[in-house]
Amino acid sequence: MKKKSLVFLLPVLVFIILVGFLAAGLRLDPREVPSPLIGKPTPDFSLPVLDVPASFSPAEYQGKVWLLNVWASWCSGCRSEHETLLRLSNTGQVDLIGMDYKDTDAAARQWLNRLGNPYKFVVTDANGKAGIDLGVYGVPETFIIDKKGIIRHKHIGPITDTALKDTILPLVKRLEKES
Amino acid sequence: MRFFLGVLLLTLAFSTQARIEIHKFDDPEKEALYNELIKELRCLVCQNQNLADSNAELAQDLRQQTYEMVEAGKSKQDVVDYMVDRYGDFVLYKPPFKGITVLLWVGPFVILFVGLITVIFLIRGRRQVDPGTQPSEQDLERARKLLEDDQ
Repeated sequence: MKKKSLVFLLPVLVFIILVGFLAAGLRLDPREVPSPLIGKPTPDFSLPVLDVPASFSPAEYQGKVWLLNVWASWCSGCRSEHETLLRLSNTGQVDLIGMDYKDTDAAARQWLNRLGNPYKFVVTDANGKAGIDLGVYGVPETFIIDKKGIIRHKHIGPITDTALKDTILPLVKRLEKES
Repeated sequence: MRFFLGVLLLTLAFSTQARIEIHKFDDPEKEALYNELIKELRCLVCQNQNLADSNAELAQDLRQQTYEMVEAGKSKQDVVDYMVDRYGDFVLYKPPFKGITVLLWVGPFVILFVGLITVIFLIRGRRQVDPGTQPSEQDLERARKLLEDDQ
């Protein structure tokens, strides 16, 4: 008799487990695809620097912790993170390099003149090839790169003040301490 | 009216034409491979579409990338590896069979198996009539009497 009542409870148990999984699934953002590049070296690229007759490749920043922010003047999410980027830039805690993704130089220039320039400099990825190598699928995206040139974190979507305070800056501080 | 209809049809014609991408292949096998690949690769912007169906900018770029790689003579595995290296397994509509996806692949069969076992046991349990529940001779006699009284 006792055995029978336990069997009766089994579907309820299965149901509770299922609800647990579904509840956890609801909290995930399906738009955030984990990048396979975390923990891997930054893909090499050599791109022209906006308004400077020079090109830049990530190897030049070996030995430094830096942020690579992929943005574009046509991207509305970039507009909403811009204030935060300016604040970050004003603290001078970390070098912020912009990658202008699939955009024209003129539009980029106009954007920076109008809204302010938070970047140390901006590289232009006009055809989006470097973006593909970085696994960019929706701007804005921000990569945190350590002294060895390894991508340690990728922030997908606009950077909020909370994300900056709770995730990005603490990680930058930790990476600065690494040799 | 006819004029407006004409203008409307013309604009429609142009707007559809603007969406067509022309990829020329020197080899029909490459073309088949290209078509196969863009059906199996997912567009990351509009996540429920593959590269073939999507008109997102990224999908166009990835189609172009696929085209260039196929034209350069790369194999299917080369292109798939290239995409997975950059975007992860999510770019594949058909996830690979490995540690983390075992439950995904095997799970439905496990559930089916458990269900079948349960059904078999239930049916068997029903067939076996418990001798303890057979009415006794006295009970049958009583029932007969009750029925006769009723008439």
